[in-house]
Amino acid sequence: MTTAPASHSLIRRLVEDSRSAFGMALVSILVLAAVFGPVLSSYAPDAADFMATLAPPSADHFLGTDDLGRDVLSRILSGARVSLLVGVISVGGAVLVGLPIGLVAGYLGGRTDAVLMRCMDVLLAFPGILLALGITAALGASLTNTIIAIAVINTPTIARVTRAQTMLVSSLDYVKANRALGFSNLTIMTRSVLPNALSPVLVQASLLLASSIITESYLSFLGLGVQPPTPTWGSMLRDAISFIDQATWLAWFPGAAIFLTVLGFNIFGDGLRDRLDPRD
Amino acid sequence: MKLIVTRVLSVIPVLFGLCVLSYTLLAMIPGDPITAMLGMDATPEAIAALRAKFALDEPLPLRFISWFGHLLIGDLGRSIQSGRPVLSMVMTAMVPTMQLGLAALLISLVIAIPAGVISAARRNSVADYSVSLISLAGLSLPSFWLAILLVLFLSIRLQIFPSSGYVPIGEDPVGALRHITLPAITLGVAMAASTMRMTRAAMLDVLNADYIRTARAKGLPFRRVVWKHALRNALIPVTTLVGLQLGQLMGGVVVTETVFAWPGIGKLTVDAIFARDYPVVQGAILASAVLFVFINLATDLLYATLDPRLRKRA
Repeated sequence: MTTAPASHSLIRRLVEDSRSAFGMALVSILVLAAVFGPVLSSYAPDAADFMATLAPPSADHFLGTDDLGRDVLSRILSGARVSLLVGVISVGGAVLVGLPIGLVAGYLGGRTDAVLMRCMDVLLAFPGILLALGITAALGASLTNTIIAIAVINTPTIARVTRAQTMLVSSLDYVKANRALGFSNLTIMTRSVLPNALSPVLVQASLLLASSIITESYLSFLGLGVQPPTPTWGSMLRDAISFIDQATWLAWFPGAAIFLTVLGFNIFGDGLRDRLDPRD
Repeated sequence: MKLIVTRVLSVIPVLFGLCVLSYTLLAMIPGDPITAMLGMDATPEAIAALRAKFALDEPLPLRFISWFGHLLIGDLGRSIQSGRPVLSMVMTAMVPTMQLGLAALLISLVIAIPAGVISAARRNSVADYSVSLISLAGLSLPSFWLAILLVLFLSIRLQIFPSSGYVPIGEDPVGALRHITLPAITLGVAMAASTMRMTRAAMLDVLNADYIRTARAKGLPFRRVVWKHALRNALIPVTTLVGLQLGQLMGGVVVTETVFAWPGIGKLTVDAIFARDYPVVQGAILASAVLFVFINLATDLLYATLDPRLRKRA
């Protein structure tokens, strides 16, 4: 298991690498924006001001206003909270479900492995966004259902990575020794295999955060994700299309927010992989 | 041969699973799907008629068996909105989607292969760093944002390309080309980003191989070694990635088609969801997933054919 000094050392190594540090900085900005958003802007994200509709960026409204006079900066900060929430909970949910599936499949092998992995193959056989669309069409568009949909499409990826690593670790001598000593499968899986199978799962989870944020924005953009009045970056971009020739800032800033956030998670994930997964 | 047969047979349970999942998704609709389709104001007669039509009084497994039986003879049901057979709607929508997919693939290869080769051949140069940075940016770029920016600059400001719509290639080839350009660039850029990375990685592997060193030692020009000897082998793993991406393209297609009003399978799915036309949603999602499975199968088989090591093992 990763100990406290080991995790400190990992963070130090990530900070020392300028590329990873840049990714971490972008991710940190997102987290700060999500946590301190309401403090950073003096406007409520859904407060309309019909005297200041489609106002360009100015000292009053740093990133301008939309067609209802709502402050774009406040809405982007509020959207950061939604993106982070959806990303973290959906990936967390996928790890919670996918990790035990991969662990059991990889450790037990045989029929258990075949059945569990065929189920995962079916989920993987759907293009991610289409499966998410199907789930939100069936369950209805909402924040909770968006999280469920994205967690479902992430689960097989986590299960596959865990299974592959579990199979690798299970064949090592110390695991065989534990079996010979008569430890139960559950004890071996949780105490000997899992701690040593976690690194690639962690790397995959960090990369999935980026794709989950993009998927959430796709669903919101299509009107099938988080519903108004909650502002999301995707829904802001959808609204921007109607005013694209008069208010370009409505398209620039939410798009840039998605781009920089996803870029941050991708760079951070790449850096984490270089540090944790020497095979890559 | 054994490898190929095993791979082809492995598709059967996955296809069956896809059918079960597609059907179950619709069964998951909270409450009565008929009310969801017709709305709260529907008359009891209309509800009863539709309920009988879809055999909703029967248990779920029986309904699935009946639906699956129809599916096997190519009957995906009829659209609630238009009454047209779903299969015909899906097949009609597949044509523009495939055209868009192939155009995007072409654009991505034209950008990615030369960029990946140059990046690997000039490792740690400015060109290499630029390609790495561009590919990372391309991977992080949300396709609908790129689509909006392309429309803003190339359609609204410069008025070079139309902002939306579709023209069949048989009717007006020039018009078709103008209409497909922006959506194809939108999809192609994301594909190019991954292909660029893969080409670079594969080329770096190959450039370190003994036979390349031998070719260089024989005095062959570096350019010829790179483009003729190395690229040929580096393209094998790239082919796999391109195939997989073509499958994943189905996802990007949904958003791109919606932005550009491109009448493909993605737009059909989204429109059907909003219209609560569930047989069409079911058919379109199933058809896209089946296409995805077959593209992945074709990619695996192509890889087995291209890679002599796998061919020998097979």
